[in-house]
Amino acid sequence: MFLGFTDEQIRRYSRQIVLPNVGGKGQRKLLEAKVLLVGAGGLGSPVATYLAAAGVGRLGICDSDSVDLSNLHRQILHHTHNIGTPKVVSAAEAIADINPDVEVVQYPLRLTSENIMDIIIDYDIVVEGSDNFPTKYLVNDACFLAGKPNVHAGIFRFEGQVTVFKPDKGCLRCIWPAPPPPGMVPNCQEAGVLGALAGVIGSIQSVEVIKFILGLGEPLVGKLLLFDALKMEFHRVMFEQRSNCALCGINPTIKELIDYERFCGVSSGNNQISPSY
Amino acid sequence: MRPNEVPQENIENVELMNVDKEINLKGEVCPYTFIKSLLTLEEMEIGQVLRVIVDYLPSVENVPRSLKNERHEILEVLQINDTDWAITIRKLAWD
Repeated sequence: MFLGFTDEQIRRYSRQIVLPNVGGKGQRKLLEAKVLLVGAGGLGSPVATYLAAAGVGRLGICDSDSVDLSNLHRQILHHTHNIGTPKVVSAAEAIADINPDVEVVQYPLRLTSENIMDIIIDYDIVVEGSDNFPTKYLVNDACFLAGKPNVHAGIFRFEGQVTVFKPDKGCLRCIWPAPPPPGMVPNCQEAGVLGALAGVIGSIQSVEVIKFILGLGEPLVGKLLLFDALKMEFHRVMFEQRSNCALCGINPTIKELIDYERFCGVSSGNNQISPSY
Repeated sequence: MRPNEVPQENIENVELMNVDKEINLKGEVCPYTFIKSLLTLEEMEIGQVLRVIVDYLPSVENVPRSLKNERHEILEVLQINDTDWAITIRKLAWD
């Protein structure tokens, strides 16, 4: 041991430890950090990979799905031999191979109004990479109510978006008070999505998480980053907390979690309306 | 004789200087001599002096250069016996 690090840790994290304003103190912050990933799919794959590699101490992973062959062109945490395996199990195996320093907490379930608060309370920050609107609004509302930052992202065809919602600095509802009507936006199954796009956007999410843990730089708070892979263009759109936001506005109407399937106009099991995966 | 077989008692004749902490990095190579020096400085107060003992020749150049880049002051680089060097650094910068 050398100042609390094993020789293996010093070697593993050496390129990170020597970074300006990281050092051993930063590495310790990472090793002590607790990050919850909502979704272990296209976005969750690069997020989990980079956060595990960086030595984030605890990764909670929520996903109720099993690995399907059609996932593999973008969900790089999972491999052909994992088909049929619950994604949380496949993710935990992959992370253990990347970095045994990381503790993975598996949540093989769908987040709901009933279970989400008990789960997110144990984490410092939430990374939202789900594939459906009910979960996106649920995570948004729960993070606001629990005072947790939420690194939000979505991908669709060749385009992606990413931002960080920090309580009282604007939320998903400040930008989109409600989701599009069911059926208006085709899902990835119908519309398609570029696999490497998930890598770009998920990697940005992981950068934001690491910046948050280390207290480095300027977070992507109040700024929605839009990416167009075909034009290879990024645009940054500023947004503010909306005073009439139903969640974080002056006179909120949402003071506790609601029925998100109903809010999004979908019935349980028929919620594949999302632009993101 | 291999560097890491040099007996501890050979570290001697180091010019007396007000050293707050000393670390023995004999047997360690670049860049870990630098990284361990940096980690040690991080735990020290500004103005305190660290002496690092190395026996890996490239570190004799690399450690002072890299620590200078980190805005620390190199007070002395001294060969203390056939195999070992003492690099004395004053912590000047926050992490």
